[in-house]
Amino acid sequence: MAGSKTAPITNPRWLLAELTYRCPLQCPYCSNPLDFAEHLNELGTDEWLRVLSEARAMGAVQLGFSGGEPLTRGDLTTLVRHARALGYYSNLITSGYGLSEEKIVELRTAGLDHIQVSIQAPEKTLNDQLAGTESFENKKQVARLVKKHGYPMVLCVVIHRRNIHQMREILEMAIELQADYLELANTQYYGWAHLNREQLLPTREQFEQAEAIAQEYKKALQGKMKIYYVVPDYYEDRPKACMNGWGTTFLTIAPDGMALPCHAARELPDLRCPNVRDMSIRDIWLHSEAFNAFRGDEWMQEPCRSCPEKAKDFGGCRCQAYLMTGDTRRTDPVCGLSPDRHLIDRIISAAGQSEARPLTFRNVRNSKALVPPH
Amino acid sequence: MTLAATTVPTFSPTHRLQWEESQQKYVILYPEGMVELSESAAEILKLCDGTRAFPEIVTELEQKFETDGLTDDVREFLEIALDNGWIKDRPHH
Repeated sequence: MAGSKTAPITNPRWLLAELTYRCPLQCPYCSNPLDFAEHLNELGTDEWLRVLSEARAMGAVQLGFSGGEPLTRGDLTTLVRHARALGYYSNLITSGYGLSEEKIVELRTAGLDHIQVSIQAPEKTLNDQLAGTESFENKKQVARLVKKHGYPMVLCVVIHRRNIHQMREILEMAIELQADYLELANTQYYGWAHLNREQLLPTREQFEQAEAIAQEYKKALQGKMKIYYVVPDYYEDRPKACMNGWGTTFLTIAPDGMALPCHAARELPDLRCPNVRDMSIRDIWLHSEAFNAFRGDEWMQEPCRSCPEKAKDFGGCRCQAYLMTGDTRRTDPVCGLSPDRHLIDRIISAAGQSEARPLTFRNVRNSKALVPPH
Repeated sequence: MTLAATTVPTFSPTHRLQWEESQQKYVILYPEGMVELSESAAEILKLCDGTRAFPEIVTELEQKFETDGLTDDVREFLEIALDNGWIKDRPHH
C-alpha cells in the first residue's frame, strides 16, 4: 500500500456525480477526458440512486450534478428528489442551455438547492463561438429565471485568452443578472483545455490586468455579490492544494460508473480506478488501490517529502505532475521548488505567441479522431 | 456590519443549517461550500428564525445555559453571520 500508514482516512464530503458525457455545447476547455466518446455506457437510474445513498452514508453532503450536460438525463428530477431526502445540498452545474422555466420549478420542488449557470463570454458572438452553439440569449434568460424562482444564483465564467480582456464586461454582466456568486474560473489545463492550451493560456500581463479589475469589483461588491477567483496556477509560485488532498474529501463518479479521486484522474495511467458497478462506495473509498495511491505522504518524492509545506499543499496536483513530467509522483511542476519548474516557465514564455492554430472543439467526432480505436 | 437592538436576525433562505450525523456537528450549506459550526454558534443560529429580536435571542440563550453576560459574544457572532450572508438583517416592523 502506497498511502501513509499514520494518516487516518477521513470521510468524503463532496460527491461529484457526472451523470453523462453528452452535451449540446462543445467548449474547447472542457475538463472531460479526451476519450469521453469511449465511455458512453451510462449508469442507470437505480445505480445512481444507490451511489447517492452509499456516498451519503459515508458522510458526503455537498453533491454536484454535472457532466457533460446533466439536463440531458431524463431522470434528473428523480435523482434530485432522492438527494434531498438523504440530506444532500444539491448543486446543478449546467450550461443552462435548453433549461425551461417549467423544469426550473420542477427541480426546485424536488429539492434542488442551487443552479450554477455557465456563460462563455459577456457578448453573443464570442459566447456562441466558444460554446459551438448559439446559446447566449438563452443562457441569460435562464440566469434570470433561476433568480426569479428563489435559487441562489451562481454565474460561472471560465477565463482564458479569448475572453480575459472582457473582465470588466463579465463583471458588469454578473451585476446586471443580479448574481449572488460569480465564479471567475481561470482555465485549469487538463483534458480539452490541455489540448488547446497554446490557444487558451493568457500572458502574465493579461492576467495581472484582469486580476486587478476583479479585485476592484470584489471590494466594491462586498456584501452584495461573492466573487470566487480561481487562480491561474501556472502563474503561482506554489501548487494548489489539489482536491484538498487525494482521497480526503472529494469523490467523483464518472458517467460510466468509474470512481475517481478527482475528475481529471481518468488521465492518469495505471491507476486502475474502481467502478461502482463492481464495488460499494465504502469499499472504493476505504480499500481501493486508486483511492489509497496518494493518501498521506509516503508516496512523495523530494523536494516534497522533506518540505514543511507538504501538509498544506499535499505536493500539488498529480494530474499536472503526470501531464508535464510523465511521472505521477513528482512534485507539481508549478511549485517554485520543483526541479521541473522550467517546464511551466517555458509554457508561460510561449503564451500569446501562437494565434494561428484553430481550437479543437469538444465533441464526439473530435474525441473519436483523437483516440484511435483499440 | 453592526447589529441594532431592533434587528430580527433571520436565517438566509439561500443557505441551509443542518445537523451532520457523520461529523457530529451542525453545518451551514451554500453553493459549493460548507461551514462547520461550533456548538454555541449553532445554538445562536437556531434561534435566528425571524421571530426573535437580538436581545430576545440573548435572553433565551442566557436562560438555557443558566448564565449571563452573553450579549457581546452573541453580537460578535451575529455580526460575522451577517457579513457572511448566513442571516439577514430584518428590522422589526
